[in-house]
Amino acid sequence: MARLIRTEKEVEGRYEEVWLVVDEDALDQWPAGPREVVGRPATRVTGPLRARGEARYTADLRLPGMLHATVLRSPHAHARVNRVDLSRALAAPGVRAAIGPGEAHVLVDEVGFQGEAVVAVAADSYAEARAALELVDVDWELLDPLLDPDDAVRRGQVVTEPSRYERGDVDAALAQADVVVEAEYRTQTVLHNSLETHQAVCEWRGDSLDVHISTQFIWGIRDEVASKLGLPPDQVRVVCEFMGGGFGAKNGAGDYTFIAAELARRTGRPVRCMLTRREENVASGNRNATIQRLTAGARSDGTLVALAGEFVNATGWSGWPAPTDGPMKTLYDCENVRTVLSCAKINTPPMQAFRAPGYVEGTFGLECLLDEVAAKLDIDPLELRRLNYAHEADERPFSSKNLMECYRRAEPHWRRRDEVRARSEGPWKRGVGLASQVWYGGGGPPSYAWVRVGSDGRATVVTAMQDIGTGTATAMTQIAAEELGLPIDRVGLVLGDSARGPYASISAGSSTTPSMGPAVRSAAADAARQIVGIAAQRYDKEERILSLEGGRIVSADGGSWPLEEVVGLLEDAQILGKGARGPNPAGMQVLTFGVQVAEVAVDVETGEVRVERVAAIHDVGRVVNPLGASSQVEGGIIQGIGHTLSEERLLDPETGIVLTQTLDAYRLPTIADTPEIVAELLDIPDEHLTNLGSKGLGEPPIVPTAAAIANAIRDATGADVRSLPITREEMLRALRDAHEREGRPEKVGARTA
Amino acid sequence: MLELKINGGSYEVEAPVGRTLVETLRDGLGLTGTKVACGEGHCGACTVLLDGVPVYSCITLVHTVGEREVTTIEGLREHPLVDSFVRADALQCGFCTPGQIVTASALVEASPEPSREEIRHAMVGNLCRCGAYPKIEEAILAWRG
Repeated sequence: MARLIRTEKEVEGRYEEVWLVVDEDALDQWPAGPREVVGRPATRVTGPLRARGEARYTADLRLPGMLHATVLRSPHAHARVNRVDLSRALAAPGVRAAIGPGEAHVLVDEVGFQGEAVVAVAADSYAEARAALELVDVDWELLDPLLDPDDAVRRGQVVTEPSRYERGDVDAALAQADVVVEAEYRTQTVLHNSLETHQAVCEWRGDSLDVHISTQFIWGIRDEVASKLGLPPDQVRVVCEFMGGGFGAKNGAGDYTFIAAELARRTGRPVRCMLTRREENVASGNRNATIQRLTAGARSDGTLVALAGEFVNATGWSGWPAPTDGPMKTLYDCENVRTVLSCAKINTPPMQAFRAPGYVEGTFGLECLLDEVAAKLDIDPLELRRLNYAHEADERPFSSKNLMECYRRAEPHWRRRDEVRARSEGPWKRGVGLASQVWYGGGGPPSYAWVRVGSDGRATVVTAMQDIGTGTATAMTQIAAEELGLPIDRVGLVLGDSARGPYASISAGSSTTPSMGPAVRSAAADAARQIVGIAAQRYDKEERILSLEGGRIVSADGGSWPLEEVVGLLEDAQILGKGARGPNPAGMQVLTFGVQVAEVAVDVETGEVRVERVAAIHDVGRVVNPLGASSQVEGGIIQGIGHTLSEERLLDPETGIVLTQTLDAYRLPTIADTPEIVAELLDIPDEHLTNLGSKGLGEPPIVPTAAAIANAIRDATGADVRSLPITREEMLRALRDAHEREGRPEKVGARTA
Repeated sequence: MLELKINGGSYEVEAPVGRTLVETLRDGLGLTGTKVACGEGHCGACTVLLDGVPVYSCITLVHTVGEREVTTIEGLREHPLVDSFVRADALQCGFCTPGQIVTASALVEASPEPSREEIRHAMVGNLCRCGAYPKIEEAILAWRG
C-alpha cells in the first residue's frame, strides 16, 4: 500500500527533504551470491542492435517533413547584443523560420560565455540552415570577461554563497599536530564529449509536444519542458530509446530542445536541433576546474587530527556547487575538519554534472595530501588509510561499508611495489600508488515498473527509463527473469518513452540500478504471485507450495508443469504485475566505497607518463551483472586516465575563447592509452537497502583514478604532481621541484627519489 | 547523379558538389548504421570500407568514391565480429561500435590472427568515450568465436 512520508532524497550528494509517496518493499532480499540469472554474466540485451547499426539513436531519427535548426552562438565570452537583423537569413534558400533574443527563453541578448545561444534558424536542409547563420547580422558590444576564479571569489562574484562546514577545532588541532602538510592542488576543466552530441527533435501534435532527445532523464525533460512552455506535463511526451553517452551532461533539456520546440511551433513541422562537435566542446557543459588549498595535521603515530580545505570551483556563468569538499568531510575518521567551498561565477561555459562531480576533483586533492602526510611520517600509505578508517559516520550510520575489505583485497596489488620499482630502467622510473573512493550511489524512490506475461509464457518489463549505455536494460531484464524463474531470453524490456511506461529514475548519480532494480523485482514478484494463484487453481494445489523455476511451475510435493501450460489458459488475457521502489533506509547514509592501485612508468627525461596497470576494488552492494559491471569499471578508469594525463579544455586567458574545440585538440584516451585493468567487486548485498541490496556503479570507478596515478608518480620519482592534467610540462616541473628540494627534507611534501 | 556500389548493390544518388559520403549514406540512402560523432575526421565513428580499406566517410567526398565498393556496417551484419563484440561486452552506449567493427573487419581480413599490438595500432583511430577498449581488444582477439 502507498504511504506518504517526509524523507530526504539524495542526488549526487545533494540531500533535499521532500514529501514522498512510497510503496512498501515487502520482498526479502535474495541470499548473497550468484542466483540463476542475477549475479551471473549476461551479454547486453541491446548489444546486437547496437553492434549491427540497427539501434536508432536520436541522431538517426528522420521524421517526414523534418527541418534542421542551427544556432548562432556567441563568439565572445562576454558581450551585449545591441541589434539583431534576421532579414537576410530569412530570405536565404530553404529557410523556414529564424528566431532571435527573447523569442525562445534560451536565446539571450547579453551573453556570459562563448557559446551562449543568440539566434536560431530552421531550414529544409542542415547545409541551408548552416549557410543562413552567416547572413544573420548582429551588432555586438564587447564587455570585459572575468575569467580568474580566485579574482571572482574575492570580488564576491559567485554562483551561490560559499558553503562552510566545521567539526571540532581545526586550529587547535593543527597547533598540536606533530606534522602539518599544506599543499595546493588544481584540477582542470574537462569535457564530457559523448560521441552522440546533444540533440533533440521536436514535433507538435496539436497542443501536445513530442520530444525525441538524447537524454539521461526522460521524466526530468518532460517536467522541465512542460514547466518552461507552460504545458501540462502529460502534453509533453519524451522519447529516448537508444542514447549515445551522457556522463552527466544530458540531465537537462538544454537550449537545443527549446529552440527545436519553438521553431517547430512556428513552422508546423518537426525540427531537429543537433549540436556540432565544436558546439559540444563549448556549450554543452563541463567538469569545472578547481583550486584546492588543503592542510592536514597528523600525530607521529599516523592519526589524522585535522583536515582543512579552501575549495574554489570555477563554476562558470551558471551551475551548482559540485561538492569538491565532500571527500574531506566523509572519507576519514578525523575529529577536526573545516571546509569552505566557493563557486566562482566567471565568463566561461557553465558546468554540468560529470561522473561523480566534485568527488573526482576532491578525491584527487585529498588522497594526494594523504600520501604527502604518509611520506612525511614515513608510514605506508595503505596503513595510514586503515589507521584513520571511518567506522562510524557522524549523525548518520552507513547502510553498509566494506572499505576495509576492499583494502584487504588491495594488498596483493599493493605488494607488487618492490617488484614494480625494480623494473625501473634508464630514464623510466616505475612506481605504485593507491587512492580510496567514497561516493553516493544509493538511488531512491520514486520509480516504477510493470511486468506483462502473456499466454506464450514470455514476460515483458515495461518502464519509461533510459539506458544510457551503462547496461541497465540488461540488469533489469536479469532481475525480472530471476524473479519469474525464466531464462533471460524469455524476458523482454520496453523502455525509453514517457507515453509507454511509468515514471522511472534519472540515470545520474549512479542511481538507475538501485532505483529501478527493486521496482522491476517487485513488479515481477507481483506477476509471479498471480501466476502461482492461477496454477494453484488449475492443478488444485496450495499456493504456498508452488514456485516458478526454470520456466516451470514447481510444486514442493513433486509435480511440475511448463509455465506456458498455465499461462496458455489465458489466450488473449495477460497477467500484469506492477512494482514500485520502496524508501531508502531512514536516517542512514547509503554510500559506495573502493580503492584503486595504479602502476606507472615515468620517463624522467621527457616527462612522459604511462599508466601500466590499475587494480580496482569497489564495494557497490550486490552485483547484478558481473560482465557489464567490469565494463563500467574499465570505462570509468579509462576516463579517469584521460582526466589525469591528457584531457584539458584550454581557454584563451585574455578573451575566454575555448581553444580546444575539436577531438584532435581535446585529447580523449585511445585504445593505445589503455593499461591492464583488474576489476574486482565485493558483491556483498547491502542488507538495509531495498529488496535488491544493490548500489550504483556508474561513477565510483572514476573517483580515485587520478589520485592513485599521481601517488604512483610520487612513488616512482619522488615528485609531487599537484595539478591536472599531468602533461609532460607539469611532470618535468614537478621533477625539477623535487630536485631543488633534495637535501632539504624538512620542506612540505618532501620525499626525494 | 552518381552511381555508387554499396554492400553489393548499386545505387543512383544525388551528389551536389561538396556532399560527403556519410551524408549520402545516412541522409540520401537511410543507411544510418554509420554514425557521425565529430564530422571532421577525428574520431572514427563514421568509418566505412572503400575496396576493403577503412576510411572516414565524414571527410570523404562522395565524388571521390568512383568505382570502389563501399562497405558499411549494414554490409557486415553477418560478420563474426558482430557476435564477438556482443559476447565480449565490447560496447557500452554503442555509438562508436559500427565504426569499430568496420575498422576491425579490415584488420582481421588482412591479419586473421592479430596480435594485441596490431589491434592497438589498427584501432587507434576509433575513439570510444565509454572506454570499452579492453573488451574491444578481447573481441577482436576472439573474433572467430
